[in-house]
Amino acid sequence: MNFTDEQIERYSRHIILKEVGGVGQTKLLNAKVLMIGAGGLGSPAALYLAAAGVGTIGIVDDDEVDISNLQRQILHRNEDVGRAKVASAQETLNGINPDVKVVPYNMRLSSDNVMEILREYDLVVDGCDNLPTRYLLNDASVFTGTPVVHGSIFQFEGQVTVFDPTQGPCYRCLYPEPPPPEMVPSCQEAGVLGVLPGIIGSIQGLEAIKHIIGAGETLVGKLLLYDTLRQDIRKHILHKDPACPVCGENPTVTELIDYEEFCGVRW
Amino acid sequence: MATVRIPTPLRRLTNGNAEVEADGGTIAELIDNLESNYEGLKKRICDENGTVRRFVNIYINDEDIRFLDNADTELEPDDVVSIIPAIAGGNETEAAR
Repeated sequence: MNFTDEQIERYSRHIILKEVGGVGQTKLLNAKVLMIGAGGLGSPAALYLAAAGVGTIGIVDDDEVDISNLQRQILHRNEDVGRAKVASAQETLNGINPDVKVVPYNMRLSSDNVMEILREYDLVVDGCDNLPTRYLLNDASVFTGTPVVHGSIFQFEGQVTVFDPTQGPCYRCLYPEPPPPEMVPSCQEAGVLGVLPGIIGSIQGLEAIKHIIGAGETLVGKLLLYDTLRQDIRKHILHKDPACPVCGENPTVTELIDYEEFCGVRW
Repeated sequence: MATVRIPTPLRRLTNGNAEVEADGGTIAELIDNLESNYEGLKKRICDENGTVRRFVNIYINDEDIRFLDNADTELEPDDVVSIIPAIAGGNETEAAR
């Protein structure tokens, strides 16, 4: 790929790194990344991916910007309140880097659309807010072989890992089934420190870039836990489970499942 | 005594403590000991049959007990046990609706 003079300048701090270089920057410009959610996690991840020159960024979100989002969802601005999040996100990302093609999907991910959308992308950054979507995305990504950079947060704590169905465990290897409706942990209205999704979403952006350029070791097979109150970061080992219901030896989940959204009862 | 790391959603049962100490030669014994000091913890971690719930994972140091001996996994006194539930959220406003 031939860079324009402006691109050489824009990406100069990447290109001089031997781990990125012209080759890595070209990979970034050719990469297609799908963001699930333009919220707390998706905001910093998408901002950094756009700034890094990821060529195509798809964004799935059916929500509108609410003033209570602005405490942490830094893709959106005060004047965006009431707009579709995907429209606000597209404008912000294009404002940072005109090299980036932003593809908005103003819809909720469902069994009807997930396969078709996933097939257009090399990698997914999962910043969604509910377990039904996480299971749907997981199963679809196993079927399509698409890696997912997973992030989740609760109050002061976050989790990040990379589920790459071609080489490591998937979400169901970790948590085989969603909890029963009366026992959903951590989805009640509990608040979140605004900086936390900033950090976790940025780590997701980092993992996405490492995956694209092939630098270092990604979090495949490792779960990173971050506790902001104690500044405690640790990693646990994740195994691919031979008994996993979707990627194991005898899968029982062979088609997509739309789980009902349930929330409100405290674990 | 092993050190047990409590996830945020369950800290209301441990007086807000992120880490507590507990006794037990195995994970099952440790969970019973936790329950005796912090009532209500066990039913969050285990189902009616005493099996660890499928949306909760327990780690000894950095290893998942499902890939050791599950609740029969033996504990050393200086082990660190972590209880790690599935977390839904990424955008708490939507999660709450």
